[in-house]
Amino acid sequence: MSFQATPQLEAEVNELISHYPVKRAASLMVLHAIQEQFGWISQEAVQWTAKKLDLQPINVFEILTFYPMLRQEPQGKYQIKVCRTLSCALGGAYELHHHFCAKLGLDAHKHGPQTTSDGKFTVEFVECLASCGTAPVMMVGEKFYEGVSHAKADEIMGGCK
Amino acid sequence: MSAAATTENKPAAPAIEKIKVKVDGREIEVPRLIADWSGKLTPTTMIQACELAKTEVPHYCWHPKLPVVGNCRMCLVEFGTPALGPDRKPVLNPDGTPKIAKSPRPAISCATPVSPGMEIYTKTPAVKQMREGVLESLLINHPLDCPICDQAGECKLQEYSVDYGQSASRFVEAKVHKPKAVDLGPRIMLDAERCILCTRCIRFTRDIAGDDALGIINRGSYNTIATFPGAPFDNNYTLNTVDVCPVGALTSKDFRFQMRAWFLKETKSVCTSCATGCNILIGSREEKIYRYTPRDNDAVNASWMCDAGRLNYKWIGRADRLQDVWVRGQKSSWPAAIRELADKLKQAPAGSVAIIASARQTNEELWLLAKLKARLGALSDAIPREGESDKLLVSADRNPNTNGARLTGICFTEMGINLVKIADGIASGKIKTLIVFGENIVKRAVAHDKLRERETISEVVDEHGITAELLGKLDALIVSDILPNETTRLAHFVLPGAAPAEKRGTFTSGKGRVQKFMKAVEAPGVARAEWEFLQELVHHVTGQNNGLTVESLFNQMAREVAAFNGLTWQALGDTGVTVQI
Amino acid sequence: MAQEYKLILKHADEPGYTPDMECYLRHGGYQALKKALALPVKDLPDGKKLSGPEQIREDVKVSGLRGRGGAGFSCGLKWSFVDRKSGKPIYLICNADESEPGTFKDRQIIHKDPHQLIEGMIISCFANDVKLAYIYIRGEMPEGARILNQALKEARAKNFLGKNILGTGYDLEMHVHRGAGAYICGEETGLIESLEGKRPYPRIKPPYFPAILGLWMCPTIVNNVETLCNVKHIVTLSGAEFAKLGTPNNTGTRIVSLSGQVKRPGYYEIEVGKATLGELINDPKFGGGLREGRRLKAIIPGGSSSKVLKAGEKFKLKKKDAEGKEILVETDVLDLPYDFDSLAQAGTMSGSSAIIVMDDSVDIVGALANLSEFYAHESCGQCTPCREGSLWMNRTLQRLTHGEGRRQDADYLGKIADNIPGGRTICAFGEACSWPVQSFLAKFKDEFVAKGAADEARRAQSISGAAAGTSVAPVAPH
Ligand SMILES: Cc1cc2nc3c(=O)[nH]c(=O)nc-3n(C[C@H](O)[C@H](O)[C@H](O)COP(=O)(O)O)c2cc1C
Ligand code: SF4
Ligand code: SF4
Ligand code: SF4
Ligand code: FES
Ligand code: FES
Repeated sequence: MSFQATPQLEAEVNELISHYPVKRAASLMVLHAIQEQFGWISQEAVQWTAKKLDLQPINVFEILTFYPMLRQEPQGKYQIKVCRTLSCALGGAYELHHHFCAKLGLDAHKHGPQTTSDGKFTVEFVECLASCGTAPVMMVGEKFYEGVSHAKADEIMGGCK
Repeated sequence: MSAAATTENKPAAPAIEKIKVKVDGREIEVPRLIADWSGKLTPTTMIQACELAKTEVPHYCWHPKLPVVGNCRMCLVEFGTPALGPDRKPVLNPDGTPKIAKSPRPAISCATPVSPGMEIYTKTPAVKQMREGVLESLLINHPLDCPICDQAGECKLQEYSVDYGQSASRFVEAKVHKPKAVDLGPRIMLDAERCILCTRCIRFTRDIAGDDALGIINRGSYNTIATFPGAPFDNNYTLNTVDVCPVGALTSKDFRFQMRAWFLKETKSVCTSCATGCNILIGSREEKIYRYTPRDNDAVNASWMCDAGRLNYKWIGRADRLQDVWVRGQKSSWPAAIRELADKLKQAPAGSVAIIASARQTNEELWLLAKLKARLGALSDAIPREGESDKLLVSADRNPNTNGARLTGICFTEMGINLVKIADGIASGKIKTLIVFGENIVKRAVAHDKLRERETISEVVDEHGITAELLGKLDALIVSDILPNETTRLAHFVLPGAAPAEKRGTFTSGKGRVQKFMKAVEAPGVARAEWEFLQELVHHVTGQNNGLTVESLFNQMAREVAAFNGLTWQALGDTGVTVQI
Repeated sequence: MAQEYKLILKHADEPGYTPDMECYLRHGGYQALKKALALPVKDLPDGKKLSGPEQIREDVKVSGLRGRGGAGFSCGLKWSFVDRKSGKPIYLICNADESEPGTFKDRQIIHKDPHQLIEGMIISCFANDVKLAYIYIRGEMPEGARILNQALKEARAKNFLGKNILGTGYDLEMHVHRGAGAYICGEETGLIESLEGKRPYPRIKPPYFPAILGLWMCPTIVNNVETLCNVKHIVTLSGAEFAKLGTPNNTGTRIVSLSGQVKRPGYYEIEVGKATLGELINDPKFGGGLREGRRLKAIIPGGSSSKVLKAGEKFKLKKKDAEGKEILVETDVLDLPYDFDSLAQAGTMSGSSAIIVMDDSVDIVGALANLSEFYAHESCGQCTPCREGSLWMNRTLQRLTHGEGRRQDADYLGKIADNIPGGRTICAFGEACSWPVQSFLAKFKDEFVAKGAADEARRAQSISGAAAGTSVAPVAPH
């Protein structure tokens, strides 16, 4: 498939580029914008971005592959990110992650994001989300949840239609 | 992008202040500034000071011709600087020497500038321990497949492990596995497990070749060198990355698995594929050439060469090489052929002989041909060879010795303008004998009358009117060449010559650099270096004796040819001398 | 008795306080900016004249403000290194990457009081002749980025940003730049590379000191969110008044992030050094003590990268006696004043002022394995010792927590860790990833050895290693 930028995305990207004296600096923000619209970043999108920013595709690919938030394949409709790091782990993050995996039929010991076969959920262990005082914490998409008990987790999942 | 650093045509550099530093207790003076990879003067670093002090500091990522990144950490050293008191004045030891405040932290010598009075310690236990640590880290994910690695013998990981490593690794964890045989491009393979992520290849292709094609993907221990998927690494300089790669991660498809590097004999030579004259090493074994690699010459090619030039050696070993002397279709011998030719030429009326030489011949050979030309009153020229130039090394002039042909008087400034006259002379029957060296002239010939329709000389130089038909009118066609071709097949006399790799001699590059090259392999059969039989022929025809060795020929030529005055074979050294062209 | 002192968070948690401009203005917002912009040229006794910006810079020095990002470096001094003669533009970047495990203070400011940060930034930019500034916020705070963008819009509308700010002729633009999940983008030169659109590979210093060769090779100031907020208060209070908060050389307030096994985890703003670690953990106003029946085991005092402290540890702290003479006073870990210098004397650091408390239910090997996984995941991989060492340590610790330990693993681990810090790496991540390992081993070595020995014993009885301890969580499920 080839990548088609909507006029709205073009406009957003042009605005982003204007924030920097050097076009290349907009790379990360442009990738965010693309991901917001498409949910992931395809190779064609990388080429499009490179062209837009007068770069080589490898320049963009280098950063796409560095940042875990940027995705190279389509993700579940709801992306669940459970904090894994120490304070949350002390607060039961592993059990919470396990709980999600068990409920959704995923392997809690696997590394990296996993998507349910129906494409509804992607579950991932992530590093400290800077809210350690309300451990365990998690995000669904851009929404943030604190002090997540298993009951609350079920409620959150239930809210994902 | 920036061109290779050369010292060519630079205005005399202003005197650079010297500063005193100590390397492992030995005081030396170093310049405060040194040209960096791009030729810009930048503060001298510790590693450069150590080099000047002849102290080796092991390093992977640092390369004098590439931007500094300081990522391998192999070059860590300890150091101290003169201690300053509260009054900002140096504190003195009881014996009056300045007190040195040793830095509590080490520094990478490749990126840390020296300062006056600095002391650099490269051999302390701490330095030794740091190197061991870095080596151990580099080896933990390394496959350690040296026995089947092409870099073996030229691998800095292998070398430093012996010199600076500790014998046993403590590593008991599972290694990170990465792709082993990645096809990076038409000429390069990557073994990502052997890669130590020094980024020399990335910097070379981005900052020197101007093709930002390589990068690192993924993160942390999973970092891997890569191209963008579907975008092969393919520019005319890719093979230099194999040279700069300190380990066996990048290999040349051409050389892979061909020969262990340590079996190769390395001969200093010069590339003949264009007028740039990149300095090279010819790697050979048992009269077979296995590879060309660039040889440092800051006045010419820095440390690089183009892929086209590098791979242009296979023809030398072709089975159909001319290996015998032929006279009118019969196998002959050198003495017989030279004698007959000398007699013929001595008797030739002035103006009845023409010479078409090749700007691929050496200065000495062209000069000897010029001697024949003078004696015979011959018209002469050479065949131009044009292509596209690039921003780094490749010259539009694809002859290695156009300037040699000019300076020795074989051709005019505009090479090829005499070809029309020679064609006319043959057509009119005035020219009866044609001597051709190393050019398959028939190949580019265009029918005489057609050529007449062309308007400008410059069109004529590439295509001349000396067709096979025209050659049939000659009494004698004397051809020396290396490989058989249409012209050698038409010749009455065939004199098998030697490839540059099979002889010694000099070329004058496009920028006037006179550079010598050495013999790497023997010519096949009775084929001989052209200068050898030419000096015999010249001796027989003119009575002159110009010497029997290439040294004496060169030195004699230098006395006679104005542009070369003052040069000697010896003085050319390994990297040549630039003359006024 | 130690108590909270709310300077930065004065309003943030008041009921009804909202992050919009109107609310901020109602609470005296942008008065400090107006004051800063209006500072008249000051004549010094020696005849020199100090411009308004120079006076602010001077005042920041006087205030003794130290960076709140982690290193605690003097803000005034950092600003004084900026190359002002290069003729190049000077940039300012707010480091809002907040990724040091345990830390959640900048989040509070960004979400609840964004204009305070922006005001602090505008003043700092004005003081340093900056015309273009960025807020680099971690990717996992999309809401924070939206709030900041909204606040910037409001500030532009009020002409606190933009051209000819409040008629003073001063121009300043400011943008939000989002990260995408990389701790290393918090390291200032990694941040700069990331902002430039490259892989966030920290730069070598020399030569790339941000104050000289920073963003786009121009002089650049990188300061933490909280640091920049403080600048506003320095202008409001004056440097000298600000310096009266806290303790000498440890001035002002700090927002402490308290997490782990205490009853009342949360963020608490205190005058620096005016509360002890013990008070922060146990005082009902702060952490409120450990859970019932639990005893303190270990404290990570300044973000996950700081060296761990062990319950009961004693330190010799330098103190002045009644006559002002320096003496060494034996101090229990819980009596360490929470400031930069005391923690440094205890061989650790206050770092990002994030305290993680562990009680006796914690498997110390598991806790270290947890942190180690973080560092292995976050190493940028640019330089050898950290790239390979961070993974190596993690692999070892994962083996130890999965029943495959060996008795010698404690020493083995220590040797790996020793190969990383002390200037061997490009950036301080090298220290950040090895200090926890070194300090956990130094203080809890017996637990590591015991774990390895137990695994060996079990393997000797040929019981499957997987039978025990498959949970990689550092605590038993409760
Ligand atoms: C690995 C690493 C991560 C860091 N992460 C952060 C961070 O998330 N936020 C921050 O403000 N400073 C962080 N720092 C410190 C910054 O490099 C820098 O010192 C700081 O932003 C300077 O601001 P300050 O002087 O106001 O503290 C980090 C440093 C290192 C070595
Ligand atoms: S492939 Fe070779 S040159 Fe390139 S980064 Fe790896 S080790 Fe260095
Ligand atoms: S640039 Fe010219 S001389 Fe140099 S390697 Fe290429 S062809 Fe040979
Ligand atoms: S120390 Fe680690 S994080 Fe820092 S540059 Fe080196 S590899 Fe990257
Ligand atoms: S450890 Fe989970 S938010 Fe910090
Ligand atoms: S040579 Fe690699 S760090 Fe200096």
